[in-house]
Amino acid sequence: MEIYNNHKKLFTAALCFFVLLTFFVAIGPAFTSQNHNAPLPGSKPLNALETEGKAVFIAEGCVACHTQQVRNVDMDKVWGKRPNIAADYANITRTDVWRNTATLMGSERTGPDLTNVGTRQPSNDWHYLHLFNPRSVVAESVMPSYEWLFDIKDYAWPNDEVVNVPDDFKKGITGKIVATHKAVALVAYLRSLKEITLPDGKPVPIFLYGKSDAEKAAAAPSKGPAAKPEFDGAALYASNCQSCHQGNGEGLVGAFPSLKGSKVVLDDNPEVQVTIIMKGYNGRVSEGYGVMPAVGTNNNLKPEEVAAIVNHERSNWGNNSKQVTVDEVKKIIASFGKPETIAAKK
Amino acid sequence: MKLKIYLTIILIGMLLLIAGAATYASDVLKPDPAFNTGACILIGITIFFLLLLLLWLIRLARGLREDEAIYEKYGDKWVFSQINRLDSRQLDQLISRRNSRKKAISKAKGGNNGFTAVMVLLLVLSSLAVHAQAPGENKNILTSPGMIIMLTLIFIPLVVTVFLVALKVRNLAAKTRYRRVKKETRQLADAVDHDDAIYDEIIKRKHALDYRLTNNELAGTIAPEDSKGILLNIDEVHGPRFFASKRKAAHKHQTDPKLVKLIMWYLGSAALWLVLGTTIGEYLGIKFVSPDADHISWLSFGRLRPVHTNMVFWGWSSMAMLGLGYYVVSTVSNTAVYSIKRGYYSLILMNAAIVLGSGMLMAGINNGGGEYREYIWPVMALFAAGIVVSLANYIQTIAQRKTKEIYISNWYIVSAMMFLTVIVTVGYLPFYQNGLGETIIQGYYMHQAVGMWFMFFNLGLVYYFLPQQLNTPIYSYSLGILAFWSQILFYTLIGTHHFIFSSIPWWLQTVAIVGSMGMLIPVFSGTTNFIMTFRGNFNKIGRSYTLPFYIVGILFYFTGSTQGTAEAFRETNLIWHFTDFTTAHSHLTMYGIIAFFLWASIYTIVPRLTGNEPKQGLVGAHFWMAFIGLLFYTIPLMVGGTLKGIAWREGKPFIDSVVLMAPYWLWRAIGGSLMWASHLVFAWNIYVMFSGHKSDPDIRKEVFDELKNVPVNAEI
Repeated sequence: MEIYNNHKKLFTAALCFFVLLTFFVAIGPAFTSQNHNAPLPGSKPLNALETEGKAVFIAEGCVACHTQQVRNVDMDKVWGKRPNIAADYANITRTDVWRNTATLMGSERTGPDLTNVGTRQPSNDWHYLHLFNPRSVVAESVMPSYEWLFDIKDYAWPNDEVVNVPDDFKKGITGKIVATHKAVALVAYLRSLKEITLPDGKPVPIFLYGKSDAEKAAAAPSKGPAAKPEFDGAALYASNCQSCHQGNGEGLVGAFPSLKGSKVVLDDNPEVQVTIIMKGYNGRVSEGYGVMPAVGTNNNLKPEEVAAIVNHERSNWGNNSKQVTVDEVKKIIASFGKPETIAAKK
Repeated sequence: MKLKIYLTIILIGMLLLIAGAATYASDVLKPDPAFNTGACILIGITIFFLLLLLLWLIRLARGLREDEAIYEKYGDKWVFSQINRLDSRQLDQLISRRNSRKKAISKAKGGNNGFTAVMVLLLVLSSLAVHAQAPGENKNILTSPGMIIMLTLIFIPLVVTVFLVALKVRNLAAKTRYRRVKKETRQLADAVDHDDAIYDEIIKRKHALDYRLTNNELAGTIAPEDSKGILLNIDEVHGPRFFASKRKAAHKHQTDPKLVKLIMWYLGSAALWLVLGTTIGEYLGIKFVSPDADHISWLSFGRLRPVHTNMVFWGWSSMAMLGLGYYVVSTVSNTAVYSIKRGYYSLILMNAAIVLGSGMLMAGINNGGGEYREYIWPVMALFAAGIVVSLANYIQTIAQRKTKEIYISNWYIVSAMMFLTVIVTVGYLPFYQNGLGETIIQGYYMHQAVGMWFMFFNLGLVYYFLPQQLNTPIYSYSLGILAFWSQILFYTLIGTHHFIFSSIPWWLQTVAIVGSMGMLIPVFSGTTNFIMTFRGNFNKIGRSYTLPFYIVGILFYFTGSTQGTAEAFRETNLIWHFTDFTTAHSHLTMYGIIAFFLWASIYTIVPRLTGNEPKQGLVGAHFWMAFIGLLFYTIPLMVGGTLKGIAWREGKPFIDSVVLMAPYWLWRAIGGSLMWASHLVFAWNIYVMFSGHKSDPDIRKEVFDELKNVPVNAEI
């Protein structure tokens, strides 16, 4: 054929074919996506500090291991209340003249997804400790230490964020470990990462590939009566509580209180314990401990899951107090006055 | 006569047995269907042995009849026919016997008797074995004891009777035969003594048997001489070898020394970036095992990872490809490269981009986190400029080609260069990249860079170097054309399969999945083409140090690409997306396909350009360490990645999936170390091939050039 002997025709044909397909599959959809998605009403752009923090996040290449996308599949439920939609990314624009837009969706989850980390882990203390050396709070972590985001000072100024690093991880540092501006910005950025509730009337995308009722029913008898209960307290504790209170329940001195022998946990009345899990706690800030976030509410824990966690805490590390039932937990949660429905009425 | 009676008895016995077995079967099969299999096996075995017995008996009878027939056929002349059956020693005996006229009994029979004894023993043993088998099988499958015991009790005597009769028959036959042979031999000996004609015949036969070859009937005794100059690479090895000796590369090509130098610069830079880039990669692998290896910002994981990927992409692979491209484009066009100088401009631009880009990434300056798009645009513009300069150079070289057609390699190579230019432009233009636009472009960019640049260019190289190395044309030009157009069609569509289930439009995800499926067409046609080009030449693999690289490349081209298709489906994405499986896949393809094809091409062509060959043992070391290292790297990561995905699906705490990966990350580091070590060997091999040391042919040439200037009568 003539085309195969004429380099102009051949290469022009190949190039046109490729460019045509490129328009169809990349440029066209990209334009459409950019122009047809507006930021959600509840979202607000990053403030100056958070923007600086995002720049640190980009510079350190955090996206190599942390995704920022909750996919519409059941296994991603742990990372957010709802799957992400295009509008979630709509207010992310070009960083500056040198650098491209950074949606930071990522392609590998060597570490946890960060879409909703601001809700899941709002504690400054935890973030600083974790950045200084991730293994000081999560022993099994393989995340790098970001020591260079911290200064060592002999005396801390009143505004300085001093980090109480456990002695094992101080490596002989005697002065005060103080977060630099970059670290402060980075933590501010991380804490700003929150999923926004979709406005009323907008259909919420569902999580796909969940276990259907039929599958659950089929799976249940095969396990037999002796199998584990449906809600595994140890696993739920590991997912929701362990990063602060640690696997041994002892917490970290000066940062996160111990649950081992804790008055709250040993109390036969579970009301305080359940309330702290659902609504957070700031009663021991004066002792140097951080503020506990409303883990149960933030992570959408069901009463059954809360009960499993409570019972796990009550029966481990030498603790041996009265077990709670799901009904008790439900009653306590009901007594809060259902804040979500109130908000909806307003 | 006696024999016939016995045979009849046996036949009747066997019929009885088969009938018995049939009854047995029908009885047994009725009560319990679950029992059927065992019973059938037992009956089957019995019938099988009976049939064997029958065959043996028929053979025996036929043998006896044949002996008789021979005797009748030859009549008076049978003695002569007998002579041919004797060996030299027996003939000697006959001759000496006649000469000395002594009466003696031939000793030849002793052996036969021994043989008979052994046969009888074997038969008894085998019959015992069969005998033992029947009840043994029975025991295993006993279900309703009474009936089966009774049936077996009938069965066993029947079997024993048949065997006893069979033995008797065999003995009878053997005895008959023995008697006959004895008689014949006596007659023969007698005939030799009295008949001169037979004696002469024996002498003749004796001479014939004693004839021996001299071992040089075919070669003759004249020393070899190669008057046409067709023998090259004469390689005589005496004694055992530690390394199999491989074929040497063909003679040095008459290539423009300036072009050779340019190619060497490209390949040298590529080797440097390979060693550096994989040293970084190796260090990153170690960081998974030992995260506290250092706390230096410039060496932290997040910053080094893109340095590694970009360095091996744009530094190693791209530069090696361009260097080899300069050779292929001009060679298949049968013309000189349009401008060598532009080749150097291109090289400098690309190298500058990598040096600057890597430095910036380590300093924390990057484009915003899109994979392989981490260099900021001014740096990538340098790189793209380098590509465009070479592209123009390639096209102008093709334009001045001396052949009518454009060889398929050049389609792939030039298209890859054009496409990369488009890809980088599309990837870095800002107008449509706000919000999710960035992600859609990212999917397109990262996958097109892999498939339409590295894979496409490499296919072009393989379409030239593989046939060249095998010294055979490519199997099918048409398949190559099919692969070319279908790869453009399907590969361009599949970028967004990196974002399945994300918030990019669902239809776009589906298009990507369909495109991934369609990729099977170019992959299958490409693989078929290469394998079929290999056909009839597989025996060359063992004798070549480059062909194993091609074979591994083709192997991973098929498996790696097909794996990519498998990973794109929604169901598989559930398990593998975001896990280390992706890392394994990218190494399987970028390393298993691209790097192996590049090494294959380099080892093919560089010795022909410089006249220096690397040590074959070291090429072997490079090959095996890289190959085994890659397997150690990828297989554990695939296993671990799958387990990780399953753990996530089951809702296990995230940290469990990190703990779970620890052993697999360790294996990855071990495999990675092997790969890295192989690159050091490769770098050494490149050095040897390039080294300033003049090759033997070059030195010889120089000496002869000098000789020309020396007066004829001068003493040297």
